[in-house]
Amino acid sequence: MRTGKLKTNNGCLAWLFLGPSLLGFSLFYLLPFVTGFFYSLVDGPINGTFVGLHNYGALLKNPSFLSALANTANFTLICVPLNMILSLGVALLLNQKIQGRNLFRTIMITPLVVPVASVVLVWQAFFDLNGVLNSLIHALGYPPVDWMKTNWSRMVLLVIYLWKNIGYSVILFLAGLQNIPAEYYEAARIDGASQSQEFFRITLVYLTPTTFFVFIISIINSFKVFRETYLISGEYPYNSIYMLQHYMNNMFIALDYQKITSAAFIMAAFIVAVVLLLFIVERKITNMIN
Amino acid sequence: MLNRNHRIKNILHITILLVLAVLFIFPLAVTVTNSFMSEQEIANNYDPVTDKNLSSYNDDTTNHFARFQLIPDVVVLKQYYNVLIKKTQFLFMFWNSVLITFPIVIGQTIVATLAAYAFAKLKFRGRNFLFFLYIIVMLMPFQVTLVPNYLMAGQLGLLNSRWSIILPGIFSTFGVFLLKQSMEQIPDSYLEAARVDGASQLQIFLKIILPMARAGIAAMAILVFIDNWNMVEQPLIFLQDAAKQPLSLYLSRIIDGEKGLAFAASTLYMMPVLLNFLYAEKYLLEGIRLSGIKG
Repeated sequence: MRTGKLKTNNGCLAWLFLGPSLLGFSLFYLLPFVTGFFYSLVDGPINGTFVGLHNYGALLKNPSFLSALANTANFTLICVPLNMILSLGVALLLNQKIQGRNLFRTIMITPLVVPVASVVLVWQAFFDLNGVLNSLIHALGYPPVDWMKTNWSRMVLLVIYLWKNIGYSVILFLAGLQNIPAEYYEAARIDGASQSQEFFRITLVYLTPTTFFVFIISIINSFKVFRETYLISGEYPYNSIYMLQHYMNNMFIALDYQKITSAAFIMAAFIVAVVLLLFIVERKITNMIN
Repeated sequence: MLNRNHRIKNILHITILLVLAVLFIFPLAVTVTNSFMSEQEIANNYDPVTDKNLSSYNDDTTNHFARFQLIPDVVVLKQYYNVLIKKTQFLFMFWNSVLITFPIVIGQTIVATLAAYAFAKLKFRGRNFLFFLYIIVMLMPFQVTLVPNYLMAGQLGLLNSRWSIILPGIFSTFGVFLLKQSMEQIPDSYLEAARVDGASQLQIFLKIILPMARAGIAAMAILVFIDNWNMVEQPLIFLQDAAKQPLSLYLSRIIDGEKGLAFAASTLYMMPVLLNFLYAEKYLLEGIRLSGIKG
């Protein structure tokens, strides 16, 4: 009788456990999100009149917004897949019997725990026009490159992003790999499957949930590169690394709330679309496995 | 023959990993070792980067480039003396970082553990949709809700107070997301058995879920700590008053000027995180591992 009662109360109980989180979530995230949307539809945050999609239209004609949007999209499109491919590669290496595996694992994850501001000095000294990288290039007899003030700056960010994030993804992939039952591979080998077949038909398929998780973490962290960019080059970095976050920050400083909220929602729409798509793909593959 | 191939492959793999390991650890090594250098030595190594008047690129000489030197010519503690004793600002801002970070870590750990349990093990209407919302919001960069957050902080009278950062920090959905995944690993049969024995939900939560999710909770706490110890965006907007700002912003300011203490400041800044990590590495790895696997 007691268990029966508990089961029917399950719903209520869930809300009790969820309560504190949900309250704060609504107050500090959901409500601001919804009011933000409202602000994007009026012409001023206080006593504004409704202007429909006018702010969005204006924003889509704004060149600095468009370039910030393109830069962010570009960066995310390059860094997220690259991070996933490289970290899967390293995870596959570490998944073999290799000496010092645990030590390698520890070293790979240290960048994640080191505060951004601590190593920014080193990055600056490395990538500056008069920096260490250029001294190497000079020693090889080539002219130096102004890494942070040319299109190369995107590469610099990519390197910093990968340095910081590969370790986390490696550990996630490693866990996923170790979770695939060895029998699957044995069965495939008996059926005469080649190594590449094993990789694509077993490893990749069964890694789907992990891959999805790594993908989400990689996206979050791709937005966090803003920290490094900001600490290295301030509010107005070189054009090609002027991200949506810079744009929104600067619009905030300029008190242009219409632009920043509309920009925020265009960005949000992109994120929702990507995640939704991935959710569907993940479900499909997971169902296929089962 | 096969064996030899295998060995060559093995050596190749280890070489790749070694190169990567050196690349990964190098920036840290430079920061730490350079913190024991004298101001003069730092200047010798980095002036081409910091002092813009001094140098423009010149073809004949390599002296115009900065260089990384791992071993100090003379080990001195002058930087540490400057940071810790001569200038009080560092300690003040270090304390600010502590005051912002600790309430967030403690608060988020409690709130997220409770919520993750509901998402992972209790059935209720709208669970999947709500969790989807949590993920979406988690993915949004800070700037997306910046304006409404700012206005709300103003309404609540929190502007220029560290609570304008702490409160949203506590309710960040990242912890819930991470913990839900690892709590799903706990077999339902355990909970079922406890229920049959007449345990209440609260007892189940305290006696089964908490001990079994320990690694996940520890990992979450460490990751939240790292993330918030690092924060740049929030204090930039919410804490105009420099006296209240955390260390991350202080460091970004001294980078341009006082190189002679920057490395010591950086080293001290990363110490809490690094020690924390080394101490709890087992949990962190285990927790991350569990969070990535789904049943």
